[in-house]
Parts: sequence; C-alpha cells; structure tokens
Amino acid sequence: MSAVVLETRQLSVRYGKMEAVRSASIRLRAGEIVTVIGPNGAGKSSLLNAIMGALPSNGQADGEVLYEARDIGHHAVEQRLGKGLALVPEKRELFTSMSVEDNLLLGAYRRRRRGRSHREALDSVYAIFPRLRERRGQLAGTMSGGERQMVAIGRALMSDPKVLMLDEPSLGLAPRVMAEVFHVIARLRDSGVATLLIEQNSRAALQVADYGYVLEVGDVTLEGPAAELAHHPRVIEAYLGARH
Amino acid sequence: MDFGIFAVLAQDGVTNAAVYALLAMALVLVFSVTRIIFLPQGEFIGFGALTLAALQGGQFPRLLWLLIGVGVLCFAVDLLAALRQRRYKPLPRRQLLWSAGENLFYPLLLWALAQSFDWSAVPMLGQILFTLAVTVPLGVMLYRVAFQPLAEASVLVLLIVAVGVHFALIGLGLFIFGPEGSTTQAFTDWSAEFGALLMSGQSLVVIAVAAGLIAALYLFFERTLFGKALRATAVNRRGAQLVGIGTAQAGRMAFALAAALGSLAGILIGPLNTVGYDSGFIVALKGFVAAIVGGLASYPLAAAGALLVGLLESYASFWASAYKEVIVFTLIIPLLAWRSLASVHTDEEGA
Ligand SMILES: Nc1ncnc2c1ncn2[C@@H]1O[C@H](COP(=O)(O)OP(=O)(O)OP(=O)(O)O)[C@@H](O)[C@H]1O
Ligand SMILES: [Mg+2]
Repeated sequence: MSAVVLETRQLSVRYGKMEAVRSASIRLRAGEIVTVIGPNGAGKSSLLNAIMGALPSNGQADGEVLYEARDIGHHAVEQRLGKGLALVPEKRELFTSMSVEDNLLLGAYRRRRRGRSHREALDSVYAIFPRLRERRGQLAGTMSGGERQMVAIGRALMSDPKVLMLDEPSLGLAPRVMAEVFHVIARLRDSGVATLLIEQNSRAALQVADYGYVLEVGDVTLEGPAAELAHHPRVIEAYLGARH
Repeated sequence: MDFGIFAVLAQDGVTNAAVYALLAMALVLVFSVTRIIFLPQGEFIGFGALTLAALQGGQFPRLLWLLIGVGVLCFAVDLLAALRQRRYKPLPRRQLLWSAGENLFYPLLLWALAQSFDWSAVPMLGQILFTLAVTVPLGVMLYRVAFQPLAEASVLVLLIVAVGVHFALIGLGLFIFGPEGSTTQAFTDWSAEFGALLMSGQSLVVIAVAAGLIAALYLFFERTLFGKALRATAVNRRGAQLVGIGTAQAGRMAFALAAALGSLAGILIGPLNTVGYDSGFIVALKGFVAAIVGGLASYPLAAAGALLVGLLESYASFWASAYKEVIVFTLIIPLLAWRSLASVHTDEEGA
C-alpha cells in the first residue's frame, strides 16, 4: 500500500461559536482518489479550506493537518502550495477579466517543481484539456460553465500538485461534461496525483473513488472503501436514492 | 483668445495632466489591489521633491529620519506579531532577520550613504535614484504598519486609516521639513519656438517621462507574471490567495509602485513649483478626480480623466483664475453621477 500523503487528525473548524467540522480524521494515500460526501452544510467545503489554510477570515481551524507526516497546520497558503497542495474552490474564483492562458500561468505562481518551465506546465494542461488551448486568448469570464471548470482545474494543476482537492467539480455541469471531468480525475490518478474529491453527486463520486467518508453536520459518520460505501444501506437511502 | 494663448494653455494643461495621470495610475493601482483609497499619495510628492532638493543643495535628506523611525516601528510590529503567535508556531527566525535587515539595517545604510557622499556633485539621475531609494521603502513600511494588519477590513475602515496616515504624515512633514518649500534644479534649459508657441524643454521632459512610465506600467501589467499577479489580486482576491499570491505581498508591491509614482510626480513638478511638505495634497486630489473618471478601476480612463482635469484647469485659470480649483473639484459631482449611471455591476462569477 502506498504512503499516506495527507492526513487530518481531530481537525475542527469553527466560525465564531458555530462548529462546522468536529474532529474529522481523514487520510489520503499517494495516487488515490478519496471522496467526502454529505448533504448541504455538512462542512465539506470548510474541511477542504482548512486543509488548504484558506478559511474565510472568521473561520478558525484546530487540530492537525499532516502533509507527508509533517504538521503544516501553521503554514500559510503559499507554503502549502509550495509543498504540493492545490485547491479548486467551490466558486472557482477565476480571474474573469483575464485570458484563459493568464489564468493558467498564474496557477504556476508558486509551483512546486522549479525545474519545469511555465511553457511545459501549460503544455501538459493543454494536453489534458485541448479545448483550453483553442480558447487560450478568451477571457475566462466569458467561458461556459464546463469550460470554466476546466480552467479552474487546469489552474490548480499548473502548480504541479501532489494532492489535488476538488470542491464539487460537477456543480452546474451537464451530465456529459461532468463525465468528462470525472474521466480527467481518473486519469490524473494514473499520473500519481492524489485527489480529495468533494461531491454532492455521490453516485459518480463513489464510482471514481477508492475510498470514501460521509460527513454529516460536522461529523464523519461513516467511512470505507468506495465500493463498500456504495452498497451501505444508509448511504443508499440518504445519498444514492431508491433507484439503485 | 488667439491661437498663441490657446496653445500655451494647452501645453500647460497637458504638462500638468501628465503628472495627474501618474498619480491617478497609482491611486487606481492601490485601490484595485488593496481597496485602500491612498490619501497619503500627496505626501510622497512633497517627500520626493524635498529630498531631491536637499540632495541638490548639499543638505542632509531629512526624510531619512522618518524612514529610520517608521523602520523601527515596522520591526516592532513584526516582532510583536511573531511573539503573539509563539503559542501556535515556532519563532520565524529567518523572517525576523529579514525584517531587521529591511527595516533597521537598510535605513541606516542609506543614512551612511547620505553622510559619506557629496550628493550635490552626483549627476541628477543618481540623485533621483537615491531619492527613490528612500521614498519607495517608506511606502512599503507604511503599508506594513498601518494597513497590512487590517487587510480584511471594510473600504470605509481602510479610508479612515488612510485619512489618519495622511494627517500623521502632514504633521511629521511639518516637523521634519519645516514650513518652507524648495525648488529643484531644471532638467533642461532647452526651448524652441514654433510660430507663436514657445515649447519649453521642461514640459517636454515631464510629458515624455510620464508617458514612458505609463508605457512601462502597461508592459509590467501585461507582460510580467508579477504584473499579472497584481491584476489578478484586483480581479479576485480569493482566487489570488489560492494560487499563492499573498495579500500582503501584493499590497507591498502596490504601495512600492505608488510611492515611486508619487515621488516621481513630485520630482517632475519640482523645478516649476515651490514644493513644501503639504503642497502635494491638492495635486494628488486632482489625480484622484482623474482616477474617479476611471471608477478607480480603469487605467486608460484614469489617464483620459487626467487629460480632462489638466486641460480644464489650464483654461479655467485663463478665464476665471480665482475659481480654477473650484471648477476642477466641482467636476467630481457630474463625474460621480455619470459613473454611477454607467457602472455595470459585474457579478463575481458563480461558475
Ligand atoms: N464564513 C462563514 N461564516 C459562518 N458560517 C459559515 C461560514 N462558512 C460556512 N459556514 C457554515 O458552516 C457550515 C458548513 O459549511 P460548508 O460550506 O463547509 O458546507 P458544505 O458541506 O460545503 O455545504 P455545500 O454542500 O452546500 O457546499 C454551514 O452551516 C455554513 O452555514
Ligand atoms: Mg461546499
């Protein structure tokens, strides 16, 4: 079994008095896809933002975030990026009035591997999303929803991450585009990137993932290999619906 | 009014407009990156002109006292911040050493340099570079001390802090420089006559330098990763944070550029005007009116606004010289009305 790259221990997130995540402990191994599923407001985005060190200013994280067995809990976002973490946030947060290519280039502002030139990094992203190469001069804000998602993922990949965190990548996408995005996620695994995937679309997430956690009102209530979770009666009832 | 007077006024107007354009660029830059309305911009005009005048007159550039003082304050702020977080993380020794170098050692180095040379004998370009070596770090330190701890605050709070910094600098300026102003040496005494128009070399230098700086800024924003990072921070702060462009780093860069542009504006007007510790404010306000034309967001519109303000002021001084300031500042009312009608509320994209 491959080494653990990312682990949280008793990670809690609070906004003022409100506790959004309670003592969550999750693990991610190299080259693995792990999904966290759960209903709206369960604390999934809070968990990812805390791992990235990018909570909103009123948020406060406690507990440990271990990256390659070292606590990075007090590191700034820049340092975490430099180590190899990257986050595609729920709202994408693209630079809308700048070109697609500029968005991607800025993704390499703090890249991990110094040896690789920006050009090579760009080429490898364009190889994954050929459509972005065609549209590289277009303003990111004028791209379609699916294309924006590609820009957002591409931008995160530009920093050459070892751990890619995706916050609801299928949000607002047509089924066909969504399938495309999940296909890319599966391909990234083959290139050794570990993915932490948050999804409302639990069915698709559990299909692509190796391991899964269920987060409900701040607590991890269930975990297990994705294939087992997909057959767990509670998961079927709450997240996969009757038509299974 | 015959063509001769018309042309002279136009030349005056464009010359002033060039200076306003630089100030307007700096205001747009600082506001879009940090959301701070950079009221202390005007003080840098005085700092630039007075420091250059001191160097040229063979006097000690007294602005260095301010730099040394603010530097000590800066280091204290860094040290306190580190000590307060000691509970969560180890003391960041490297960072503190760095901070000591920047804030304590560097000003002392400048002080030694100022003492050990006869700066009045140095070519003007060298004097100007030394002036910038004093004013630019001062801008960065002001950001560190006054604004960086409040990076998340609302625009209103930031404005109030900016007002505070403005008054503090005015007071310190009076204390350090005294009430008298100075003029700096002319860049050139060349001039040429074109029919009725006497083209002054001085005006040409001002216009050319300003145009060159604007072109350089444009290239910086369009072509370099740093420039793009600053634009990105202005477009989407959180997006910038997530690709590792720290708010603090972007803020420091914006303030460095603004301090450079402000003091260069002061250096440009220095030969034609007597500049005192407080004369920059009214000039910077005109740059502000120009920046408002661009909604504090658009560089080309701000430049156009500067041209408008410069020409309006120049012709107003001919027809109604007593009211020229009134006329220029009244312009802000129709401008704001027009902006509020024209502004499209661009949504943060929701993907
Ligand atoms: N900045 C904030 N201040 C206060 N409360 C917040 C803040 N951000 C999130 N919350 C609250 O924390 C809880 C968890 O939010 P979070 O965004 O992590 O949920 P989520 O699982 O990602 O939900 P969704 O599936 O809808 O995206 C919610 O109750 C939310 O209202
Ligand atoms: Mg969420």
